[in-house]
Amino acid sequence: MNSLESYLFISSMLFCLGLFGVITRRNAIAVLMGVELILNAANINFVAFSKFNGMNLDGHIFALLVIVLAAAEAAVALAIIINIYNNMNTVNIDDVSELKR
Amino acid sequence: MIENPMILFPLLILFLPLLSFVIVIFFGKNLPRQGDWVAVGSIVATFLLACYLFLQMLLNYDPDFSHGASFSWINLGEFKIDLGILVDNLTIVMLLIVTLVSSCTHIFSIAYMKGDIRYNRYFAYLGLFTFSMNGIVLADNLISMYMSWELVGVSSYLLIGHWFEKDSAANASKKAFLTNRVGDIGFFIGIMLLYSAVGAFAFSPIFESIAGGQAIAGTTLTIAGLGIFMGAVGKSSQFPLHIWLPDAMEGPTPVSALMHAATMVAAGVYMCVRLFPIFTPSALIVIAYIGAITAILAALIAVSQNDIKKVLAYSTVSQLGFMILAVGTGVYTAAFFHLLTHAMFKANLFYCSGSVIHSMHHALHKAHDHDTDPQDMRNMGGFKDKMPITYFSMLVSTLAIAGVPLFSGFLSKDAILAGTLSFAQHHPGHFLLPLFGFLAAALTAFYMFRLIFMTFHGKPNIKSIMKDIHESPKEMTGPIVLLGSLSFFIFYTLPKNFNPMKDKGWFTDLIVPRNSAVPGSLTANEIANYAHHAHYLAMGLSLVVASLGILLAYLIYQRKVISAKNISKRFGFFYDWSLNKFYFDENYNRYLYQPFLRLAHTISWLDWEFYDKYFINGFGRLTKLLSTISGKFDYSGIDQGFVDGFGRASNTVGKLLRNVQTGRLQNYLLFVVAGILVIIIAQAF
Amino acid sequence: MADIVFWIISALTVMSAAFVVLNNQLVYSAVALLFTLFGTAGLYVFLWADFIAGIQILVYVGGILVLVIFGIMLTNKIKSVRISHKSMQQGVGGVVIFWFFIFLFLALTKAPWAVTEAIEPVGTVRGIGILLLTDYLLPFEIISVLLLGALIGAAVLSRGDS
Repeated sequence: MNSLESYLFISSMLFCLGLFGVITRRNAIAVLMGVELILNAANINFVAFSKFNGMNLDGHIFALLVIVLAAAEAAVALAIIINIYNNMNTVNIDDVSELKR
Repeated sequence: MIENPMILFPLLILFLPLLSFVIVIFFGKNLPRQGDWVAVGSIVATFLLACYLFLQMLLNYDPDFSHGASFSWINLGEFKIDLGILVDNLTIVMLLIVTLVSSCTHIFSIAYMKGDIRYNRYFAYLGLFTFSMNGIVLADNLISMYMSWELVGVSSYLLIGHWFEKDSAANASKKAFLTNRVGDIGFFIGIMLLYSAVGAFAFSPIFESIAGGQAIAGTTLTIAGLGIFMGAVGKSSQFPLHIWLPDAMEGPTPVSALMHAATMVAAGVYMCVRLFPIFTPSALIVIAYIGAITAILAALIAVSQNDIKKVLAYSTVSQLGFMILAVGTGVYTAAFFHLLTHAMFKANLFYCSGSVIHSMHHALHKAHDHDTDPQDMRNMGGFKDKMPITYFSMLVSTLAIAGVPLFSGFLSKDAILAGTLSFAQHHPGHFLLPLFGFLAAALTAFYMFRLIFMTFHGKPNIKSIMKDIHESPKEMTGPIVLLGSLSFFIFYTLPKNFNPMKDKGWFTDLIVPRNSAVPGSLTANEIANYAHHAHYLAMGLSLVVASLGILLAYLIYQRKVISAKNISKRFGFFYDWSLNKFYFDENYNRYLYQPFLRLAHTISWLDWEFYDKYFINGFGRLTKLLSTISGKFDYSGIDQGFVDGFGRASNTVGKLLRNVQTGRLQNYLLFVVAGILVIIIAQAF
Repeated sequence: MADIVFWIISALTVMSAAFVVLNNQLVYSAVALLFTLFGTAGLYVFLWADFIAGIQILVYVGGILVLVIFGIMLTNKIKSVRISHKSMQQGVGGVVIFWFFIFLFLALTKAPWAVTEAIEPVGTVRGIGILLLTDYLLPFEIISVLLLGALIGAAVLSRGDS
C-alpha cells in the first residue's frame, strides 16, 4: 500500500510520539530527542509530498534544510544543556525555573 | 514681505530699538564696550531711515499723504482688535524728531555716562523708550497707542530711577510713574467710552462715526475727550499733574533732554494733535484753560529757581502749556510746530546744561569739594570763555525759546499766540487766555536770560574751580552744535520762504489743519483766517514782551542796576510762593496723600481686627472641622472598604491565577497543545 | 514484496520511536533513536529520495546521534550503564496527544489530496544540486551562515567561564 496517506499516517504517528516525548520527558536530552522525532516526521511529509506531486524536488531541498537546521539546533542545544549542567548541576528542565522565583 | 518702503521703513524704525534693547539688556555685559555700539548703531540707523522718509515727504509735497497697514490681533467674533500703523506727514515729522533727539542723546550719553555701573542697562532702556515712543507715534488705533503709552511710562520710570541708590531718584521715579497713572486712568476711561459708543479702536472709524453725530455726541463726547486729554495732562505734565516733571530731573541729564524735554512729554501734545477731531468745543475750552494756567504757573515758578535743571524743567512745563493752549484754541498745527521747534531747542538746552554740570562736577571733584551743588546756578558764572561752544549753542537756543526773530521759537510761539489772540477776539469772555499766554512769554524770556547771565556771564562765584572748567568732549559737543544750529528759523521755512518773520514753509504746507469731526465746530479754514487776522498784532505784542523780558533780565542780572534781593523782598510773599513751587507738593501731601494714608490705615485696621480675626479665621475653623469629619469618612469608609477592597480582591485573584504559571516549560507546552485541540474542535463543530 | 518491506520498516520506525519516548533509560532511548532514524532513511528510499536518505544517515546517525550520546555522557555522573530518568504528566499528556493524533488521522484521511503521478527518476542528486545553485541559492547561503553561527555559538557557549 504505497500511497500518500500511508506516509502521512506514519509521519503523524512519529510527530505525536515526538510531541509526547517533549511534553513528558524530564531530561533535557530526552526532550531534544523528541524534537528530533518531530523534525523527522516533518521531513517525511516534505519528501512524501514531493514524490506525490510529480517528483519536483522542492520538498527535497526543504528536507535538506531541515536536516541542517536540526544539526545546528542539536549542537547549540547540547552546548546550552552542558552549560546548564555546569552551572546548576542538573539537566532536568523542571528544575531550571529560576525566572519563576 | 512688505514691499512698500513707506510701510517697511516705519516698521524698521519701530522695531530696531526693541531689538537693540533685547540684545543690550541680555548680552550687553558680555559685549565689547558693554554693547553701546549696538544701541547707538541701531538708533542712528532708524534716524537715517526717518531721514529717508522725511526726504520722500518733501519730494512728494502732498499734504494729504497717508499710508496705513494693519493686522487682526484679537478676533473674538464681534469683538475685534486690529493693530496697525498709520504713516502720514505728522507721523514722519514726529518720527524724525524722536529719532534725531534719540540719536543725539545716545551719542551724548557715551561721554556723559562713561564709567557708570549700569552702563549697558542705561542704553538698553534708551532703546526701550525709543521703541515705545515710536509706537505712540505710529499707532493707528487707541489700543496700541495706549500700550505704547504705558511702555513709555515704564521706561521713564526705569530711566529716572537709573541711580536708584539715591533716595531722591527712587522717589522721583515712583512719583513720575504714579502721577502718570492718574492721567492714564482718565485716558483709559476715555478709550472705553469711545469704544462702547463707536465699537472701534482705530482712529478713522472713530472720526467717521463722530462726524456722523449718531453714535456719540454732546456731553458724552466731551467727557470722553476730557478723559483722553487726562492722559495728556499726566504725560505732558500739565496742571494739576505737573508735579512729577521737575522731580524727574533726578535722572541723567541726557535722559532729561530726550524724555522730559523733547519727546516723551511731547507725547501728550502729539496725542491731542492726532486726536484733535474728537474734542468738542466745550472740551477744548477746558484744554485751553489748563494749558494757559500751566504756562503761566510754571513760568512763575521758573523765575525763582536756582537749580539749572529745575529752571529748564519748569520752562518745559510752561512750553508744554503753550502747546496745550494752542490745541485748546484750535490752532493745533501751531501746537505741533511748537512741539517740533521746542524739541530741538529744549533738548539742546538740556545738553548744554548737561555739559555745564559735567564740567562743574569734574572741577568740583578735582578740588575735592563734595558739598557744593554742581547744578546750582549761584555757584556758576563766567563760564563764557571756558566753554565757548556750549555757550554759543545755549545762547542760540535761549534766543529761540525767548521768541526772538530769526530763530525757530519765534515762528511757532507767534503762531500759538496769534491763535490764542484770535480766539479771545471772537470769544471776549476768554480774555484771560491771551493774557496768560503773553505774560508767560515775557517770563520765559526773562528766566531764560537770567539762566544765561547767571551761568555764563559775570564774575565767577567760586574762583577755585575755574581753572578746571573746560569744554566737554566731542561726543557731547557734537549733538550740542547740531541741535543748536537747528534752532535757526531757516530749517523750518525752506524751501520757499527766507523771511524770518513769516512761518510759511514746508511745515505749514505739509502739515495742514483738518476740520474737527465734531459737528458744529469751526472749520479749519475759519480758524486759520481768524488767526491770520490776529497775526500782526500778536507778532508785535510778542516782540514787545520778549524784549521786555530780556531787558529786565539784563538789568537785574548783568548790569545789576536793579537788585534782585530788593524785588524779592518787596514781593516777599509772592517770591516765597514761586520759590516753593506754589506749595503744590505740600498741599497734595496734606490734602490728598495724608488723608488717603489715614483712610488706608483705618481700613487696614478694620481688615485685620474684624474681618481677618472673626470672619476669615472663623471660616478656617469651620473648614477644619468639616475636613476632619470628611477625613474620617474618607479613611475608614472609602479607603479601607472600597479602595483597599479592590486591592485585596485583585491580590486574591492574582494569587489564584499564579498557580497556573507553574514555571515548568512542559506544562506550558501541554497547554498549547490542548489549546490547539480546543481550537480544532471549535472549528470542526 | 515491496509493500511488506515498507510495512516492516514502518513498524520498526514507529515502534522504536515509541521506545525512545517511553523508555526511562537514556542510553536505551538513544539506541532506539538510531533505529528510528535508520527506518526513516528506509522510508526515504521508498520515496525515491536517495540523496536525502544518504544525508539522513550521514548527518543524523553520524552527527546528531553521536552528539546526543556525548551529551548524555557529559551530563551524568556515570555509575552504571543505566542512566534513568522519570517522566512527568504522562497521563494528561497521553490523553491530549492521543486526541491530537485522532484529529490528525481524521484530517489525513478526509482531505482530498491532489496526487500527481510521476516516473521514478534516475537519481535526485543532479536535480537537487541544480536547484540549490539556482532557485534556492539564497536560502542555501543563509543556511550556511546559520551553520557557521551555530558552530561559533556552540563553541562559545560550551567553553565555560574562562
